[in-house]
Amino acid sequence: MEKKVVISGFGGQGIMLAGELLAEAGKEEGKNVTFLPSYGPEMRGGTAYCDVIVSDKPIASPVIAHPEAAIIMNLPSLTKFEPLMQENGLIILNKTIIPEDVSRDDLKVCEIDAQAIANELGNEKVANLILLAAYAEIEKTVSIETLKKALRVLLTGRKEKLISINEKAIDTGARLARDFISSLS
Amino acid sequence: MKTLYKMPEAITERPTTYCPGCPHGVAHRIIAELLGEMELTKKAVIVWPVGCSVFGYYFIGTDAVEAAHGRACAMATGIKRAHPESFVITYQGDGDLASIGIAETIHAAARGERITVIYVNNGNYGMTGGQMAPTTLLGQVTTTSPYGRDARANGFPMKVPEMLATMDGPVYIARAALDSPKHIIQAKKFIRKAFNAQARDLGFALVELISSCPTNWKMTPVEALERIKNEVLPIFPIGEMKVNEGVA
Amino acid sequence: MADKVLMKGAEAIAESAIRAGCMAFFGYPITPQNETPEYFSRRMPQVGRVFLQAESEVAAINMVYGAACTGTRVITTSSSPGISLMQEGFSYIANSNVPCVVVNVMRGGPGLGDIAPAQADYNQATKGGGHGDYHSIVVAPHTVQEAVDLIYLAFDLADKYRMMVVMLMDGLMGQMMEPVEFHDWVEVENRKPPEWATVGQGERKERNIITSLEILPEGLEKMDIALQEKYRKVRESEVRFEEYMMDDAKYAITAFGTVARIAKTVVDMAREKGIKVGLIRPVTVWPFPYEVLEERANQVDFFFDVEMNEGQMLIDVKLGVNGKRPVYYYGRLGGIVPSPEEILKEFEKKMEVSK
Repeated sequence: MEKKVVISGFGGQGIMLAGELLAEAGKEEGKNVTFLPSYGPEMRGGTAYCDVIVSDKPIASPVIAHPEAAIIMNLPSLTKFEPLMQENGLIILNKTIIPEDVSRDDLKVCEIDAQAIANELGNEKVANLILLAAYAEIEKTVSIETLKKALRVLLTGRKEKLISINEKAIDTGARLARDFISSLS
Repeated sequence: MKTLYKMPEAITERPTTYCPGCPHGVAHRIIAELLGEMELTKKAVIVWPVGCSVFGYYFIGTDAVEAAHGRACAMATGIKRAHPESFVITYQGDGDLASIGIAETIHAAARGERITVIYVNNGNYGMTGGQMAPTTLLGQVTTTSPYGRDARANGFPMKVPEMLATMDGPVYIARAALDSPKHIIQAKKFIRKAFNAQARDLGFALVELISSCPTNWKMTPVEALERIKNEVLPIFPIGEMKVNEGVA
Repeated sequence: MADKVLMKGAEAIAESAIRAGCMAFFGYPITPQNETPEYFSRRMPQVGRVFLQAESEVAAINMVYGAACTGTRVITTSSSPGISLMQEGFSYIANSNVPCVVVNVMRGGPGLGDIAPAQADYNQATKGGGHGDYHSIVVAPHTVQEAVDLIYLAFDLADKYRMMVVMLMDGLMGQMMEPVEFHDWVEVENRKPPEWATVGQGERKERNIITSLEILPEGLEKMDIALQEKYRKVRESEVRFEEYMMDDAKYAITAFGTVARIAKTVVDMAREKGIKVGLIRPVTVWPFPYEVLEERANQVDFFFDVEMNEGQMLIDVKLGVNGKRPVYYYGRLGGIVPSPEEILKEFEKKMEVSK
C-alpha cells in the first residue's frame, strides 16, 4: 500500500496541520511516511500546500508530481492541481469557497461544504480536518481512530482544548465520506 | 640581593622582530607583566591578529591562536563561549580592528562578550608597508594617500573607543598612549582595569594604545614619539571613556 | 533507542547534533534553514550549552573556529550564500587542523538565486571553496534518518582527523518531515579539552599555539604535506556509498542527496518496465567513491548522472569511470526538483542513443 495526497489551500486554513496529522497517524500505524511542505519567501497568505505519502515500503521521492488524491481548500489550488491529477484521481473539495465545478470528468470529486459545517460545529478553522477525515475514510490511508489519536500528539499545551472540536470535525468528515461512498455505488 | 628588574615570566626569550623604536614591545611587556601579577598567564589564550603583531605568540608565552584578518573578536567569542574558564585577550592593530574587523568588534562589544581587547593604533597599515588606515590623520601622507588624507575623498579618522563608549555592552573603555614613561604607566593602569572586567565576569573591555610607526612614518623613534604628543593626541585624546562599577 | 518521532529534517539534524555532543552553535539566519538555528536556540539553553546568533556568517564561522580551537564539538548551519561568506574561515580551519561540523542547506544560485532546493554547491564543497590546497569531508544524506545518522559520523570524523566535516543538504530535505529514530546521547559534559587545545596552558608542559601561518616556504610545505597525508588516510578509510539494485544492473544511475532518493523511484519504475537499472549513490562526496564506478564500468552499458546542478558531480563520475563507458547527464537548474517521470524519460532516450 502506498497512498499519496496533496493538501492545498490558503495559508491560515490549517493545511500544514492537516498534513502533519496524517503523517503522524501514518507513523502511529507503523507505516513509512513523508510530509513535504511547499515553502516560499512569504510568511503569510498565498497558496500553501504539502505532499504526504504513507506507505508500507520505504518511500523514495517525497515529491508528488501527479497526485492520485488531493484535498483542495481554495480556488487557486484547484486551478493548480486539477490539470496535474492522475486519471481517475480523487479530489476532496471545500465547496464553501469553491462554487466552481471540477471540469475533468474522469476525476472522482467529493464535495463538502466544509467551512459551513465547521461553523455549525463551532469553529470555522476545523474545516481542514473535516476534509482530511473524508479523504482518509475514502482512501483508507489511516483509520479514523488513529487520526483522532494523532491529535493528542500535535495539539498540546494551550492547543489541548481544541482536541474535542477537532475530534467532532474528524467524525463529521468520516460520516460525510461514507455518504459519498454509498452515493457512488 | 634585592631584585630591581626582571623579565616578566610571560615574555619568551625570543627577540622580537619589530622595527627599531616600535612600541609593540612596550605593549607586549605591559600585558606580560599584568598576566604575571594577576596570575593569569596559565589561563590566558591570546588571539593574535593579521598585522605587525601577527607573530606575537612568539614573544608572549601563553596559549595562542592566530585569527584571520579582522576576525579576532569573533574567534575570541568562540573560545570564551566554548571554554569560559579561559582568559581571552585579542591583540589587534587599527587596520585589523577598525577597518576589516569593525563589525566583529562592535558586536562583541554589544554582546558584552567577556573578552579583553588591546587595540594598538599607529595610524597606518604597518606590516603591508604603511598604507592609509581608518585612523590615519587628515593630511597625513601614506603610501595610499600620497597627497595627504583628504576628508572628502577618504573620510575622517575613526575614534573607536568614543564609539564603543556609547554602547551598553562594554564595561570598560579607555585610550592610553605609549609615547612617554608617564603615559606607559597610565596604560598599564588602564589595562589592569580591562583585565579586571574579564576576571570578574563583568563584561567587554577595550583599551586603545596610541602607538608610533617610525619606519613607515619615516621618522626616528624619538621624532615619532614627538609626533604622537604634538599631532596624534590632540585628535585622539587619552583617558577613560567608560568605567562601570567594579572594574577599578 | 527511543520510538520514532516525526520531525522536519532541519530540526532533526539539530536534535541529533545535540545528542552527538555538540556543545556550541554559532550561526546567522538564512532561508531555507532557519528551523535549525531556531531549534538550537530553544534546546541548547535547556541542556546548558551555547547558542549564539552571530552578526554575520563571517563572524559565525570564526566563532566556530575559536570554539574548535578549544576541542569543543561545535557546529554551524547555513545556506549557499552564507556558506560562500564562510569560505575564508573554512580555509583557516583546514590549515589549523581543528574539528567542526558545517551544514549547508543548498539553495538555487549563483548570487542571491532563490530559496528552492539545489545541489549547485557540490564543487565548492568538494574541491575546496576557500583558498589553498585543502579538503573537507563532505557527506550527503538522502533521507532525514540518514541525516540524523550522519551527524554522529560527522562529529566523530571531525574529531578523529581534526578537520571540518560538511553535510550537504537542500531545502527539500530540511523542510521534509519523516519519522526518525535518534541515537543514544554522547557523554561530553565531563570531557577534558584535548591535549592540543588552546584553553590556557594550565598544568600542561608546553603551551599550545594554533595557527595557519608559516612564513617560510619550506616550513609551509611541510605543513601542506602533512595535510595531504591526512587527506590520503581519509581517502583510504572513509569512502562511503550505497548501491541500489546494482547486482544485475545493465545501466547505472549516479546521484547524491535528494536526487538520489528520487532516483530510487526511477529505478523502481524502470524495473517494473523490465529495464535492469541500478543506482550508485555516494554518501561521502569527498572522499568520492571512484573505485566502485570503475568496477561497475565493467558491468554496465552506460552511466546516467542526475543532479540539481549543471553536472558538477558528473566530473567525478567521469573520473571514476575513466573512459570505459559513456557517462550521460541530466539535471535541472535554478532550484527545480526533477520528477521521477522526467528522469526516466531522459534515461530512456539515452538507452535509444546507446543502442
